[in-house]
Amino acid sequence: MREYAANLPVPEIDGTSWTVPVPLGDATVAIVTTAALHEVGDERYGPADTGYRVLARETRDLVMGHWSPNFDRAGFAADLDVVYPIDRLEELAARGVIGAVAPHHVAFAGNQDDTVTKVRLDSGPRAARILRDDGVDIVLLTPV
Amino acid sequence: MCVLAHVFEAAGIATVALVSVLPVAEKMHPPRALYCEFPLGRPLGRPGDADFQHDVARRAFALLDAPEGPVLETHPEVIELDDAAPLSCALPPRFDPSVPEAVDEARALRDAYERTRTATGRTSVGRVADADGVSDLVAAFVRIADGVDWTQAGLPGDPVSAAHDVRAYYEEASLALVDGPPDPGAAEAWFYEVSAAGRVVLAARRAMQAAQAPFPLWFYMARATRQ
Repeated sequence: MREYAANLPVPEIDGTSWTVPVPLGDATVAIVTTAALHEVGDERYGPADTGYRVLARETRDLVMGHWSPNFDRAGFAADLDVVYPIDRLEELAARGVIGAVAPHHVAFAGNQDDTVTKVRLDSGPRAARILRDDGVDIVLLTPV
Repeated sequence: MCVLAHVFEAAGIATVALVSVLPVAEKMHPPRALYCEFPLGRPLGRPGDADFQHDVARRAFALLDAPEGPVLETHPEVIELDDAAPLSCALPPRFDPSVPEAVDEARALRDAYERTRTATGRTSVGRVADADGVSDLVAAFVRIADGVDWTQAGLPGDPVSAAHDVRAYYEEASLALVDGPPDPGAAEAWFYEVSAAGRVVLAARRAMQAAQAPFPLWFYMARATRQ
């Protein structure tokens, strides 16, 4: 599967966006995952869903809503943090390694159209705005 | 993932990305990325191992110290997925010979499923049926495997979601029957290769393919490499 994914066409991006980070110990940190997680009762992901779902900091009874059967799911079933390390972030905040855990986190489903326009220009910026409004300084991105 | 890194950076939020497919990261240049050769589905590497997960997070956050990017580093540990052996996990004995073996089996795993749900506080079963309805999904797949048209077999939703619910139910139940988190791919292998329900799902998938059902509706019922 990894070999298959490696050969999928992707847009080649020459430049690199760059935001100078605030010191980690002062930073509010959020997780953004492409594991298609959602809260119970939230709208389910469609097969080609390019939208996002907001995950509250305290929510742990999350659902794996990914349509792809091509990855291990038992790890997530056993331990949420192997996909969405929210408890690890809480521990880092308690130790003072990071400044704070963000009140909201974000999940996408890893879908994108050929030009990735929807994620780049629509759902991605909207999700970023939510996190900015929460005062998020740093995002940890986790795949599935 | 890499696209999102650019989007969030452009919005003024610094990012560190765990990436699972190296060539994609090399083409898309996310600002700060840690390549982790871990099984897909386990980006933090090891379920139930907080120390290992902290090691991954520490290495990722350390990339924030780079003065300029892109920076792409590799986690030193590789965790293999290939050729996972099925879980060594007992299946319940036959109880009700009046129903197909796979239906009997699914019913008998209900308590194990519930123990896991109680322990973890969550479940990914429920796209087209809850746990009480999983044996009915299995019965529908038995009918499809036996030649009934999939649209007439009694599935309450699309077959991909139904197959997801059955697999999730079995994988979650299996956690109550073994010690510790399963090796990568082991629970999936147990479901498709050992359990009666998994074999029925694959048989239904083959029947749908042979009957020329729409490609996405049978293909995504199981991992692409499953037959």
